[in-house]
Amino acid sequence: MKHLLGVSALIAAITLAAWAWLGTGFDKLLPIRASEESFYVDRLLGMQFYVIAFLFALIIGFMLYSFIVFRRRPGDDGDGDHFHGNTTLEVVWTVVPLGVVLYFAVLGTGYLSDITSPETDELVVEVTGSQWNWRFDYPEYGISSAELFLPVNRQTVLELTSIDVIHSFWVPEFRVKQDAVPGMVHPLRITPTETGAYVVRCAEICGLDHSYMLADVSVMETADFDAWLQSQMAPPTGGLAEVGAELAQVNGCLGCHSIDGSENTGPTWLGIYGEEVYLADGSEIIIDDAYLRASIIDPGSQIVAGFENVSMPANFGAVLSDADLDALVAYIASLGKDKE
Amino acid sequence: MVIFSLGIIRGIVGQIVGTAVGLILVTLIRLLMGLPAWKAEPAMIIGALIGAVGFMIGVGALSDWFKWMGGKETPMHHGPPTDKPAWTRYFSVDYNHKVIGVQYAVTGILLVLVAGSLALIFRTELAQTGLQYIEAATFNTLFGMHGIVMIAGILLGVGGMINYLVPLMIGASDMAFPRLNAFGFWINVPGAILVISALFMGGWDTGWTGYPPLSVLAPMGVQAFMLGVYLVGISSIVGSANTLVTVAKMRAPGMSWFRMPIFVWAAVATSIIQLTATQLIGLSFLMVTVERVLGMGFFNPVLTAHAIEVGSPPGNVVLFQHLFWFYSHPAVYVFILPGLGIISELLPVFARKPLFGYKWIALSSLAIALVGFLVWAHHMFTAGMEPFLRIPFQFATMLVAVPTGVKFFSWVGTIWRGKLEFPTPMLFVLGAISVFLIGGLTGPPNGTVTTDLYLHDTYWIVGHFHATMFGGFIFPFFAALYYWFPKATGRMYNERLGKLHFWLILPGFWVQSLGQIAVGLLGMRRRIADYDPALGIQNGHVWITVAGYVIGLSVLVMIYNLAWSARKGPVAAANPWRSRSPEFQIPSPIPEHSYAEAFVITGEPYDYGLPGATYVAMNPSAAPAAAD
Repeated sequence: MKHLLGVSALIAAITLAAWAWLGTGFDKLLPIRASEESFYVDRLLGMQFYVIAFLFALIIGFMLYSFIVFRRRPGDDGDGDHFHGNTTLEVVWTVVPLGVVLYFAVLGTGYLSDITSPETDELVVEVTGSQWNWRFDYPEYGISSAELFLPVNRQTVLELTSIDVIHSFWVPEFRVKQDAVPGMVHPLRITPTETGAYVVRCAEICGLDHSYMLADVSVMETADFDAWLQSQMAPPTGGLAEVGAELAQVNGCLGCHSIDGSENTGPTWLGIYGEEVYLADGSEIIIDDAYLRASIIDPGSQIVAGFENVSMPANFGAVLSDADLDALVAYIASLGKDKE
Repeated sequence: MVIFSLGIIRGIVGQIVGTAVGLILVTLIRLLMGLPAWKAEPAMIIGALIGAVGFMIGVGALSDWFKWMGGKETPMHHGPPTDKPAWTRYFSVDYNHKVIGVQYAVTGILLVLVAGSLALIFRTELAQTGLQYIEAATFNTLFGMHGIVMIAGILLGVGGMINYLVPLMIGASDMAFPRLNAFGFWINVPGAILVISALFMGGWDTGWTGYPPLSVLAPMGVQAFMLGVYLVGISSIVGSANTLVTVAKMRAPGMSWFRMPIFVWAAVATSIIQLTATQLIGLSFLMVTVERVLGMGFFNPVLTAHAIEVGSPPGNVVLFQHLFWFYSHPAVYVFILPGLGIISELLPVFARKPLFGYKWIALSSLAIALVGFLVWAHHMFTAGMEPFLRIPFQFATMLVAVPTGVKFFSWVGTIWRGKLEFPTPMLFVLGAISVFLIGGLTGPPNGTVTTDLYLHDTYWIVGHFHATMFGGFIFPFFAALYYWFPKATGRMYNERLGKLHFWLILPGFWVQSLGQIAVGLLGMRRRIADYDPALGIQNGHVWITVAGYVIGLSVLVMIYNLAWSARKGPVAAANPWRSRSPEFQIPSPIPEHSYAEAFVITGEPYDYGLPGATYVAMNPSAAPAAAD
């Protein structure tokens, strides 16, 4: 009995110390909370941390106490107390933890429902991942963007997909994440609560430049967001090449193709239009409109020598319209003229 | 040629010859079909498979079976070879389970060293933000290689413990199928060679999970990795079948199921998983191989030119993850159940007390093994499977905590009111409990979907599973190495170096683990070569890297200790730990035939502190000449 009191005091002391630390320090363990979902996640995580702190104290407390009090004295070759177990105790420490984990599972189910249920008046943003780019489309407004703009305090449903491999949409301050899977569209609902700048970080290994598959996020007041929408919906003022430059940005082309002649994963675009080049199979072609179109839609068909081991996403044909292709080709052609 | 008397040399030559035969065969067939002669990937696959067969023929693992086909008798040879030095038996096919156990364990340690060294390379890179020492492509290959080589090393370590200990503990003279046992060990060697050779085939960038479509598009190294895993998987399947038959049929008289040493229960639970789940990882990797070379679109929804050519319909990405995790989740219980068995096995000896709640511990291993089959999709909460399906998997996952908790409480009950001694094996057992506690307690937040949506694919997960692997395998495995070292070598390890090893690795691991958990909570993603210092995780990474080096150093201390002590250590007593287990009632080192005569089980295994209780009734003629 004396021992049980001693160990209980030790466990209580460790537990209270851990709880006191959690009380002041929990928020510092995590990024700021910037979405409604983040409050649910942190509440459930926080509750689990308190239980974890107690269980940690329980086991470590018993162990520490035993090391000190039940250590073998020098010269004592005897054995410990002889008992084989205690069925009541076993039942208790099976049933009580069962209850606790079931409680958390039920609670977690409710929270999951809270953070995934659609509200009316959602903003729809189509998010397309590709190696190694994020593209954001606002289908209600006909806008495409390389940066994600969101209005504060309004639920947005991100409809995630990918054109090549699996990516995962994650803004740590919003907490929740969802994979962007090729061939499927999955929703992720977020209601931002804090205006400011954040970063989407791809959370699923997606090849060479996975670390740098980032995109800026800007959460704005509703009026600012509406103003941004208006500015984007104005018809393009520049020519076809300028539209193409925008498309190259949004679709991540420039992640692999430089426009200043520097080396990168894919061939540079500077001054290639109208050039004669050798292909990987040894044949020689002239880079013209038809070749560029074909290479965007089916990049594996005519690979330029020296780039045999690079694979460009094979699926741009599905996300780019005929007009888009014209604009991109016009943009690349405009880079060719600069050289002369 | 003396060197060719070593089976492993003949095996490697066989693998090289077999690989060449495969390359030539594919090239010839292509020539005959009028295709361009050289195509690297199919040639490499056929080369790898024939190379593996070449290794097994060269090493001699198939010799007896070939002779049987020819109707020849192959009497079992016992003891070291007569025509060459005794040590050569460890480098050749040998049917003694103790030799095979040592072969497994030593190969496992080698692979763990390789995998750990790879981790130190990319940990050095991660100590600072930006890229300093290696390129992103190298980084990606290294973390995938670290993962899969570590898994192979752990599987071999598990095989070492089971092969060495199970026959000894149940009083069997050997495993039920000694030739299959040798085959099961040796097939790992060409497998490991293949996996490591991926480094020289362009590496791969998918991590050890090999998710398509990335693995369908990855460099050819992914193919070497998947075929290597396939071979290691064959070892798991034949080894586990052997273990189950051995335990079921070859126990000493009087040893009922509930009188077996508790480690044997863990071995049984592990073997059930290995025998029934390993096929699924083999299948899923084979499907990726076929998708890559034959264009069958199982997984990739975006058809490659090759797939269009062969008329394949588009595939389903998520299907792969179901197949993969149906093995790869239960696999983690393959890694940890034997280690938890070691903890339960050693605690009573050093607490001088019966194991608290023997039946509950034994059945909790089975419960973990069975529930472990129902939780695989908790790796896929963000993957895009049917959303409501996440709920049943959430409930099943949380249930795993219950039998795991039973183990913790029973361990605490075992040391309570004991008389604790702290030699190196006991320190490692207690360290294992503390580390496994970190791993266990960080589990449930991944089990509830809401919180997992944040934690998934972050360093929180990295910290969680490293703690379960270290607490559930690495620490108990080290405990087992020190504990049974005198029985295997007849000499004692150096206690002072053993304690130094422990007092380096324990704080080292705690810092590493808590560091990983902390940077993960702050937003550090898994599998990235470079990170954003704005997250406030720079210092954490320095701590993790330094701790990684301390862990590496501590393991070198252990290897020096064991290598030196095996030749120069003080001669060991038959029963240095005053254990009641059968293998400690016979001389050290254990004789070729273990038990000169069969023994009978007359009591409970862990009746420490009960005067006059016996567990093993040895025939007097088999008892050690001098007990101390």
